[in-house]
Amino acid sequence: MTPMVQAQGVRKSFGKLEVLKGIDLEVAPRDVFCLIGPSGSGKSTFLRCINHLEKVNAGRLSVDGELVGYRQQGDKLYELRDKEVCQKRQEIGMVFQHFNLFPHMTAVGNVMEAPIRVKGESKVVVRERALKLLDRVGLGDKCDSYPTQLSGGQQQRVAIARALAMEPKLMLFDEPTSALDPELVGEVLDVMRDLASEGMTMIVVTHEMGFAREVGDALVFMDEGVVVEAGTPRDVIANPRHERTQSFLSKVL
Amino acid sequence: MAESGPVSASPGASAPGDGSDGEAIVAIPVRHRGRWVAAAIILVLAAQFVHWLVTDTALNWDVVRQYLFSSPILTGVVNTIKLTIIAMIMGAVLGVILAIMRLSKNPIVSGVAWLYIWFFRGTPVLVQLIFWFNLPTVLRSISVGIPFGPSWFARDPKDLITALIAVCLGLGLNEAAYMAEIARAGILSVDEGQVEAASALGMTRLQAMRRIVLPQAMRVIIPPTGNETISMLKTTSLAVFVSYNELLGAATNIYSRTYQVIPLLIVASLWYLFLTSILTFGQYYLERYFARGALRELPPTPLQKLRMMALRNPGGAVRGP
Repeated sequence: MTPMVQAQGVRKSFGKLEVLKGIDLEVAPRDVFCLIGPSGSGKSTFLRCINHLEKVNAGRLSVDGELVGYRQQGDKLYELRDKEVCQKRQEIGMVFQHFNLFPHMTAVGNVMEAPIRVKGESKVVVRERALKLLDRVGLGDKCDSYPTQLSGGQQQRVAIARALAMEPKLMLFDEPTSALDPELVGEVLDVMRDLASEGMTMIVVTHEMGFAREVGDALVFMDEGVVVEAGTPRDVIANPRHERTQSFLSKVL
Repeated sequence: MAESGPVSASPGASAPGDGSDGEAIVAIPVRHRGRWVAAAIILVLAAQFVHWLVTDTALNWDVVRQYLFSSPILTGVVNTIKLTIIAMIMGAVLGVILAIMRLSKNPIVSGVAWLYIWFFRGTPVLVQLIFWFNLPTVLRSISVGIPFGPSWFARDPKDLITALIAVCLGLGLNEAAYMAEIARAGILSVDEGQVEAASALGMTRLQAMRRIVLPQAMRVIIPPTGNETISMLKTTSLAVFVSYNELLGAATNIYSRTYQVIPLLIVASLWYLFLTSILTFGQYYLERYFARGALRELPPTPLQKLRMMALRNPGGAVRGP
């Protein structure tokens, strides 16, 4: 079975600062893959490399067997055109720490925008699907609200519905609950839990150890641009082998 | 200072309780004597001014009345509106293009935009206007074709550049330089996460710009653009210098014949004031439209405000000391 995401020696620098120093990992289809680590460890950058929001400098990164951002012909790599990059991104949903909802559109408008503009689907079909999705994340009654009229947890749930509207095969979550008030974290995690149980492949950068332990199939601890420790969430959280993992977990648990 | 209750009321107000049971505060307000004096002085000066306006026969109000709706003035008004609209549309469209060019990663594209803005902001608009009007004297022919090669279309510039075209070019190209900076500020004001979210959904850069960034940038772009439009309405009067017949030109034509300078300037000013008032009103509604989503609740329109005041204060009674 081809892995959903495969990274081999992935490196990324911003100027002189090397943020990813050779990442190797594999994400199996239908898995919930959790990335943890201190801030600045490169986990968000790695996530953004997967849908080519950041360009990889070295190594190979592929999604569903296809290279990210490049096309290989013989032993030569060709950069993908903007249009081709956009094409690939349609299959990968992303949820951001700060939601990034479009503030000038209503909740249902946010969900409908990409399927209509990018995939060229008909408004009627998309609207029906968008309403269903909003209902599924528990916001059936908030379709016509603007983002500013929603709480953080509600906004993040709209953001998840917006990503799902493109019917992606992979979902990326970049610290989806970090900007939320503590009492709102649960409602977002519930939606993610549902999604996981339906078999969506998910890569989740998170500080929610409870969620990782309960829902995660695999967990990776990253620090200073390298993978320090990997395994099943129960194992890594209960018996961290590496010293850096131990000290990080002792701070967050 | 500290008294028994949490609320202190001056003695003399109707028997205040100790305030602990949430009783409404009845207190004598602070008197602002300075304000009353200032208001009185201003009222006297204003009355003097109005008295002069009404009684001084040298102002010739009957001449104002005679010309206010005369056909040459009305033609001038129409031409002024026409110029303002053409110049602002040229300025806005070209300005947005220039703003996007300036933000381009291609150094030649952004450099050209920078140079354009540098040049057109750096020279007086009146100079540009006269320049365009006089261009036919130095250009022998205008042609369209392959660069340095054969041409498919050639015309004498004297036929192409009329006074109207010269004024539109002068005002529109100059306005574009200012609008470019306004649009750039607007685009930069939109959070980077918006473009990221749009890209992550598979939108192209053009789609993200048109659907996501520009609509949000409008909130920042509209107020200074309204300002520019009002300013443009009056800048069109520079067309007098190339003898294009807009509002001020029409007034000038008349007073150079009749020597009624002040009354005709009043006629022109009344029209300018009327037009700017309409623009101010329109700007308010445009801002309201683009504020949707940015504010939890839209501010009331002037009409709604009036209605609310009428409801809160039936009979329009004003409470005072």
